[in-house]
Amino acid sequence: MVRLDSKVPEGNIAEKWTNHKFNMKLVNPANKRKFSVIVVGSGLAGASAAATLAELGYKVKVITYHDSPRRAHSIAAQGGINAAKNYQNDGDSVYRLFYDTVKGGDFRAREANVHRLAEVSNNIIDQCVAQGVPFARDYGGLLDNRSFGGAQVSRTFYARGQTGQQLLLGAYSALSRQIGKGAVESLTRREMLDVVVVDGVASGVVVRNMITGEIERHSAHAVVLATGGYSNVFFLSTNAMMCNTTSIWRAHRKGAFFGNPCFTQIHPTCLPLHGENQSKLTLMSESLRNDGRIWVSSKVADMRNPNDIPENERDYYLERKYPSFGNLSPRDISSRSAKEVVDEGRGARGTESVYLDFSDSIKRLGKNVIEERYGNLFEIYETITGENPYSVPMRIYPAPHYTMGGLWVDYNLMSSVPGLFVLGEANFSDHGANRLGASALMQGLADGYFVIPYTIGNYFAGEKPALIGTDHAEYNNTVSEVQDRIKQLLSIKGGKTVDEFHKKLGRIMWNKVGMARNKKGLEEGIGEIRELRSEFYKDVNVVGSGEGVNQCLERAGRVIDYLELGELMAVDALAREESCGAHFREEYQTEEGEALRNDEEFAFVSAWEFKEDGKWDLHKENLKYEYVKFATRSYK
Amino acid sequence: MSEHKLNLKLMIWKQSGPDVKGKFQEYKVSVSPDSSFLEILDDLNDSLERSNKEPVTFESDCREGICGTCGLVINGLPHGPLSRIATCQLHMRHFKDGDTVYVEPFRANTFPVIKDLMVDRSALDRIMHAGGFISINTGGVPDANEIPIPKEISSFAFDAAACIGCGACVAACKNSSAMLFVSAKVSQFALLPQGQPERYQRVEKMIKVMDEEGFGACSNTYACEAECPKGISVKNIARLNREYIKAKVKSHNLD
Repeated sequence: MVRLDSKVPEGNIAEKWTNHKFNMKLVNPANKRKFSVIVVGSGLAGASAAATLAELGYKVKVITYHDSPRRAHSIAAQGGINAAKNYQNDGDSVYRLFYDTVKGGDFRAREANVHRLAEVSNNIIDQCVAQGVPFARDYGGLLDNRSFGGAQVSRTFYARGQTGQQLLLGAYSALSRQIGKGAVESLTRREMLDVVVVDGVASGVVVRNMITGEIERHSAHAVVLATGGYSNVFFLSTNAMMCNTTSIWRAHRKGAFFGNPCFTQIHPTCLPLHGENQSKLTLMSESLRNDGRIWVSSKVADMRNPNDIPENERDYYLERKYPSFGNLSPRDISSRSAKEVVDEGRGARGTESVYLDFSDSIKRLGKNVIEERYGNLFEIYETITGENPYSVPMRIYPAPHYTMGGLWVDYNLMSSVPGLFVLGEANFSDHGANRLGASALMQGLADGYFVIPYTIGNYFAGEKPALIGTDHAEYNNTVSEVQDRIKQLLSIKGGKTVDEFHKKLGRIMWNKVGMARNKKGLEEGIGEIRELRSEFYKDVNVVGSGEGVNQCLERAGRVIDYLELGELMAVDALAREESCGAHFREEYQTEEGEALRNDEEFAFVSAWEFKEDGKWDLHKENLKYEYVKFATRSYK
Repeated sequence: MSEHKLNLKLMIWKQSGPDVKGKFQEYKVSVSPDSSFLEILDDLNDSLERSNKEPVTFESDCREGICGTCGLVINGLPHGPLSRIATCQLHMRHFKDGDTVYVEPFRANTFPVIKDLMVDRSALDRIMHAGGFISINTGGVPDANEIPIPKEISSFAFDAAACIGCGACVAACKNSSAMLFVSAKVSQFALLPQGQPERYQRVEKMIKVMDEEGFGACSNTYACEAECPKGISVKNIARLNREYIKAKVKSHNLD
């Protein structure tokens, strides 16, 4: 059994990070230029890390598959970013943000990490404002806040409905400055296909140049992965088309443990499917639930126009089941309830969707008020669906949105492979079994601006890693493995397209490893995924060659990694015999159908070690709650 | 949801590399009016792959109109016939059965075609590397509320900062000018107090690289504003010109 050391510092929760910063070793300014770092990914976590490390004097390479670092999917985040500023004088504090996040994560996050996140949250806002991020302001010129789910204070900073865009452009501007100075080398349109591990230490990466097809080698004293989440394992999700698991999955196969892979967040308010050829799902801000009422017909297969369904034949199921929170019940509960009514055959006009109806609010407040509050969202809805939500109720359905799971990291954000650090959504660390709204942006920037710059210095000064030349035998081996894999994909020449496999996998994941899981379904799911994977190797058709631009090859490489990850997600969900946060096992629920956590047996992080295809060892990091005491969430 | 299908003739630009001559190739498709434009290209590619033919190379990512990756010229217009949306937000219900649709890459000397509909827009990044930032390091900044900014100014700055860097303004301009793109960033920082210390150096540096990259001049046709998916106003170009003149007057650099 490998020792799983979280390296959480001693001392009171409020002093751990401060003490740790003091106790960590430093690299003297003149020596920093002797250390190099590869950062993979240029979203909030990657761009902020790359810029900050370069400012400190390290030699940085940033690698992204986009044509520009500014396009990473952090850009699409809408709502906002949390911070414990207490500008509203409503009783917020670092401790309260810490407490809400641990509780919101349903007691499956590491307390010390969450407290540090809350501590640095305020620095993030200061940093972003200094960069020129145009956050919303009040008439006095000071910053404005809004409320989000899971909190009773207003602590969310926002920039209209485009907070992620503005924060990413801030980080991108800091990165651009360093690229302009020559302190960061920007390697765009390159996809990381493997990490190179020499004598157990991460020493570099192998990437494919997506324009020339060349397989390139890059080495450094440390590798930082900030490559986002894996919701696209479901094929349809709110993630961007290119979001993938390849970099973390390949690192996992090289020894990095995977933490809590089954914790995936399904967002309740997304636009429903319109047809078989749909490519992705679009999120509609959760804020709509403030004034919209969610309902379905009380009859099965009711094909009537919603406006023709009389009031007494409507079931406002969230208001009925959760009278105190109603339409504003948390994400996991709202999503599961929608699935239940659709499974009963009561979806809107027989489809996989439910109604989100504004007619009562329009009557009560007037159309103008609703337009002022949600006008742009209504426009987006109409652009996509062609229906006018002022006169016909919107149709919404839950969609995969964020993955709390990711590579296991210690308190220093280092994975189980020394020298390999993992930031942002790509790691498992801060959100436990359920992420609160407006906390993803906070974590990405906390890791990049304020955590890794300290902890990587400690690694360099303490471990003094060597720079391995790219002519080392291990580079040759890794390059051959990558080339063999590409050759294999190109040589199958079967009868099915890559997307067909991805869609099939997505269906299995959604049905068996989705919002509600059970033992039988998960076991079946594992079998089906394995079968699909072997079918892929027999019958996929990857068109074209390995040279030059080949988007079909790019997708094939990502889908095969999803076909492996999907199995691990099911294995993890099967092993976790409890319900917590976004992980709902049907066998473990209260009489009222609520999630039943098992803190006696399952208050741990599942860290999976890859052994061979389809085989993993489970390591457990036990979670201790010294400050936030176990409690059951109730929204009745 | 509509049941009927639209039969379209797509004339898609195919070009195997930057130095190779390209041409339009015809594809016939039958599509649902509920599909997005990019979904019909996905579908077309799926059927091409099925018959072992080379798919059409095009770029997209978020498909929500915010990342700026997608960008097609559809029937002569960057991002297609509707205003204030990116290509990924265009849906097929705006086309008629029997239509012929021309699909081309963004065209500009500064955006060389890589393959088919994929172009190289890295010149825009290089302008940003020259000055699209406020020179501060991480840490050591004042408390966020120590910099009060009037709501109106902040709102103007946001309007400019909403640029998604797609390059439609360049593709729409007969001179391939990047003035709208540059003016958006210069305006955002010229309006905000945080941007003042570098206000004049910034505009000089960004314009210099813009010219070196080969982007053309502005001749006030407003085509950029008309095609901008985020509705960035040409007033920003007026501000850019004022900033540039002021910079030249104040500059210690007499070159």
